[in-house]
Amino acid sequence: MMHTADMLRAFAPFREDAIVIPGRGGRYWTELTSRPNLDLPLGDPAMGGHAGFALGVALAHPDKKVMLFDSEGDILMGLGMLVTIAEQQPANFYHFLIDNGCYATTGGQPVPNADNVAYDVLARGAGYPRAFAFDELDQFSRNLSELLSKPGPVFVALKVVPEIENAPIGRRRRWQTRTRDQVIKDFRQELGIG
Amino acid sequence: MNDAAAVALSPETVLGEMKKNGVTHVVYLPDSETNWLYLLMKAEPSLRLVGVSREGHACSIAAGLSVSGAKPLILIQNTGMMESGDSLRGWLLGLNIPVVLMVGYRGWTRHGVNQDSAATYTERFLVAFGINYYLVENDADAPRISIAFEEAERMRRPVVVLVGDEYHGFNR
Repeated sequence: MMHTADMLRAFAPFREDAIVIPGRGGRYWTELTSRPNLDLPLGDPAMGGHAGFALGVALAHPDKKVMLFDSEGDILMGLGMLVTIAEQQPANFYHFLIDNGCYATTGGQPVPNADNVAYDVLARGAGYPRAFAFDELDQFSRNLSELLSKPGPVFVALKVVPEIENAPIGRRRRWQTRTRDQVIKDFRQELGIG
Repeated sequence: MNDAAAVALSPETVLGEMKKNGVTHVVYLPDSETNWLYLLMKAEPSLRLVGVSREGHACSIAAGLSVSGAKPLILIQNTGMMESGDSLRGWLLGLNIPVVLMVGYRGWTRHGVNQDSAATYTERFLVAFGINYYLVENDADAPRISIAFEEAERMRRPVVVLVGDEYHGFNR
């Protein structure tokens, strides 16, 4: 297993000018990003929707790579989204899945059938032409460049160490440095969207 | 042509409203009576269709499209809209997404006596979420679709068009 922060640190040099939707990795990504105005760290508007949001971004900007850091808890809320993404075949879409096996922000309860789900197999079965799974950081790092050279949609399941939070929500460290409105405003300005 | 067909909301009219208002993507899950519209949309080169398997997915996809400068329309049925409550809240209302949802009003009857709880709760649901809506039944009502688009842009909010007719006089 790898740590989410280490995984994102390994990814960061390969980001180039891609749009990044950091999803559940947002709290680390805000400290690693080199292009914050091309990021969409929206926190969690409604659980289960990150993949759909990223698909929308990818369809609207087929000229730019879109990197999503989704989670297994999110994707389990709507596995049908994998089918929609596969049907649309966005060649610019890279779907990373951070799999910690549990609902970390509610105390670490396991997701259903946590130890037996192969998310790369689910993605491939839904119609993703390329789907991979990595448990170890060095293995992921060695393959990252090649993964990103392939046309999307590419799915990459990553087994990460759970970082369980039990503190009341109001006492947790807030990692967002900008409001959602500001994030969207900066993003649109960066891309010249009126 | 019978009377019902003469006063129905035609799929050609709906497609015309989409084009007039610059829709780029239609995010949809088919409802009972939209097949003719689907065939027209599929043949329209200015539209990209994005099919979903659960209506809540339409909200997050539309949010991503809108934030990125595209102009999506969501086309679903009232049953699916109610299923989508949290996605509507978080992805559309929470991100101030100016999007029109055309919602097939299953169970709607003009005389107000309905036998379908989908109709019973539709408008109550919209009121609870504070989402404004317009009812369209026939081609003469079509300008309300443009009003919904204009209002969504001006208010930076989702606006619903309830399709009481479901295109073919289904509920007459």
